[in-house]
Order: sequence, then C-alpha cells, then structure tokens
Amino acid sequence: MADSTLDAKGLNCPLPILRAKKALKGMTTGQVLAIEATDPGSAKDFESFCVQTGNELIKASENSGVYYYEIKKKG
Amino acid sequence: MADQKKLAIIATKGTLDFAYPPLILATTAAALDYDVTIFWTFYGLQVVKKERNLKISPLGNPGMPMPVPMPVLVQILPGMEAMATVMMKQKMAGKGVASIDTLLEMAIESEVKMIACQMTVDLFDFKHSELIDGLEYAGAARFFEIAQDANITLFI
Repeated sequence: MADSTLDAKGLNCPLPILRAKKALKGMTTGQVLAIEATDPGSAKDFESFCVQTGNELIKASENSGVYYYEIKKKG
Repeated sequence: MADQKKLAIIATKGTLDFAYPPLILATTAAALDYDVTIFWTFYGLQVVKKERNLKISPLGNPGMPMPVPMPVLVQILPGMEAMATVMMKQKMAGKGVASIDTLLEMAIESEVKMIACQMTVDLFDFKHSELIDGLEYAGAARFFEIAQDANITLFI
C-alpha cells in the first residue's frame, strides 16, 4: 500500500520525474510513492531515476496507456 | 556531499525551442542529485530575462514540422514568426510539455546555479535589473573553475 500518490497523467518529460522527486522529498525512508503517468518514455526514465538516486522501483506496470510505478524511498 | 556528481552547461541559444534543452537537462540532473550550473551566454541570456519573449521561427529551420508545406518566401512574411510561436506554445501545452517559465522556476527551486556572462550583458547593453534575481555575473575563467571538476559538461 502506497503512502503517497502522484498523478502525473498528461505530463511530458521531464515533469513526471521532477514531480516524483519533489514528492519523495517530503517522504520518509521506506515510504512508498505510487505514480500514474501517461508518458511512454517514463518507463525507462523511472528505471534510470531509481538506478541513479538509489530509490527502489518496486513496481512498474502498464495498462491501456497508463503507466503505474511504485517507488520506495531510499534510506 | 564530497562525491556529489556535477553538471556544467553552457547555454547559448535564445529561441523558444532551444531554451528547452538546458532547462530540461538541468532540472532533471538536479532531480538525480547532481550539483548543476548553467552558464548563460550570448542569446542564452534571453532565457533569464525577467520579461521573456522567446520566439520560434520556421525560417531557416527546415526541420520544423509545419501543418502545411510552407515555401521559404511565405515564411518571411510579417507575422509568421508570431504565428509559429503561438502554434508551438499551443502544441506544447496540449502535449503536457512544461512551459519555459515552469522549468525555470523548477530549476531555481532545485538550486540550479546560474551564471550570466558579463561580457554578453555589456555587449547587448542589458542591465542586471532586466535579468532574473539570483544570477552570478562572471566570465569564462569562472566557467572553467566549475567545469574542471564537473562529471558532465554540455555546450548547448
């Protein structure tokens, strides 16, 4: 269950990443941020974001054009 | 953080389209925990003016997708640049692309450092008061001080 949610639908690069970063800033270690996006580029971008920031991408899926991610804030 | 990654960008362009790459890359790098500096020089200074009026021109830009094929002799007509700018802004808003105002705000919010080239400020007779607050004014030597320990340096 996510601790916080971010609706990034309709937003294009780099806004989903920037909004996610901002949302994570206000969260504590171990909390999970759920994100919905429609930017097809976001699939690779959230992967790269997590690789580089150390946050954990615990879920990534797509359903009829809506991408869903869960990111666990790093310690 | 001693091991913080650093990005240094030189931004030289002052059109609506070319205002995007430095700001997209700077804000994204900041979100990836980079320490980011943008050195605004020549036409790039137009992006950090308080009263921005960035435009895009189809003229001399055969790569710009047009709704209908437009001969160069039509592109030079008065009002074509304004029309292209309005169309581009509408298209960007429709596709959820951030405005330059938004990206600049986000860059400032995420502590992207910005340096304005003092030589260009003199050259174009700009006043510091015409440019956004928080800029540092310096020259090439200052850029090298930043770039020499940057992991990534980009010229745009």
